[in-house]
Amino acid sequence: MKLDLVGLAAAMFLATYPSRALPLLSGHFEQLSPRVLEYLRLVAPAVLAALAAKSTFVTDAQGPGSLHVGIEWVAVPLCVVLVVWRRNLFVGLLAAVLLVAGARAIGLA
Amino acid sequence: MVSPRTPSEREARRAALRSGRRQLVLDSLGIMASAGGFGVVFGLAARQAGFSVIEASVMSVVVFAGAAQFAAVGFVRAGMPWPAIFLLTALLNARHLLYSAALRPWLVEVPALKRAVMAHFLTDEGFALSVAHFQRLGFADLRGYWLAAIGATFIPWNVATLIGVIGASAIPDPARLGLDVVFPAAMSGLVVALVTGRREIVAVVAGCVVAVVVGLLIRHPGCGARRRPHRPVRGAGAARGHPRRAARQPDADGPERGRPGAGREDACGGRWVE
Repeated sequence: MKLDLVGLAAAMFLATYPSRALPLLSGHFEQLSPRVLEYLRLVAPAVLAALAAKSTFVTDAQGPGSLHVGIEWVAVPLCVVLVVWRRNLFVGLLAAVLLVAGARAIGLA
Repeated sequence: MVSPRTPSEREARRAALRSGRRQLVLDSLGIMASAGGFGVVFGLAARQAGFSVIEASVMSVVVFAGAAQFAAVGFVRAGMPWPAIFLLTALLNARHLLYSAALRPWLVEVPALKRAVMAHFLTDEGFALSVAHFQRLGFADLRGYWLAAIGATFIPWNVATLIGVIGASAIPDPARLGLDVVFPAAMSGLVVALVTGRREIVAVVAGCVVAVVVGLLIRHPGCGARRRPHRPVRGAGAARGHPRRAARQPDADGPERGRPGAGREDACGGRWVE
């Protein structure tokens, strides 16, 4: 069994782990001002919204980033509306997946 | 985190935990499906790039970063040297600094060794699920973190990688099943739990605008690094780059234009678990 790329995986671990661990292990965060902590609290909604927006509106498949228009523009907001209404992420995800799968099945997307 | 002192406080906390964990389990179901679907695709892509079962599985266990793993598969196929892959992996995963910093205030009382272990399992999905869970509760819940990071993400991703690398040619393209929309929809849905006032709304809008503008202006590292003639393997479309785009974008070189599984080969994408 070939094992050459296990070394690459180990190297990638070394490239990934510090960014995951350093802030969690650093003692400096206990001395941060409330203002900085408030900014850190806002990181979560900002980053998650950024990931969702990038995945929904931008495609890298044709050149250096281009606007993507597709069924996801409807499916993602539908999920958000259902989550706000029902307070249930699973229902929102299910509706989004069914919408996208259905649209693709009938050739709309 | 303030520990409850009286019996009634402890009971209220237990009730909040039970309810919060039920919600967390429900929230995790879609993430598990997504992680499973794209883990299979990663395994298949890795096999096509020449990874052995052990190599692909070790990568999923020790790196556990979907975007970087998909990119690495493309880079390996392109013959990129390891130091370049190391550097690009570090850049791709630099966003974890923000997650880790944002989680830190919740985990002040957790022993350092435990935090060091927790760090390895920190992904987009694990972070999103656990921070929403903590905010609902008003305090950190370690079991909730393990459930989000390991139960909802790590285990499905690794089991699916194994399935994919051993032989997933019969498994349909996740994009065809609509699973590719789970990631953006889940991230958006989890944001809802984090929005409690005007500041959060400003943060959400700013995050969206910056991401779209930067995404339109700057290319993802490794995207379009190389292209090869299409090889028709069922269920492999998403493995050739961004899963959804792979299903949607026709391959200019291939005979099966626009069909799922006929996407262009690209080293980018795979943000679906990570």
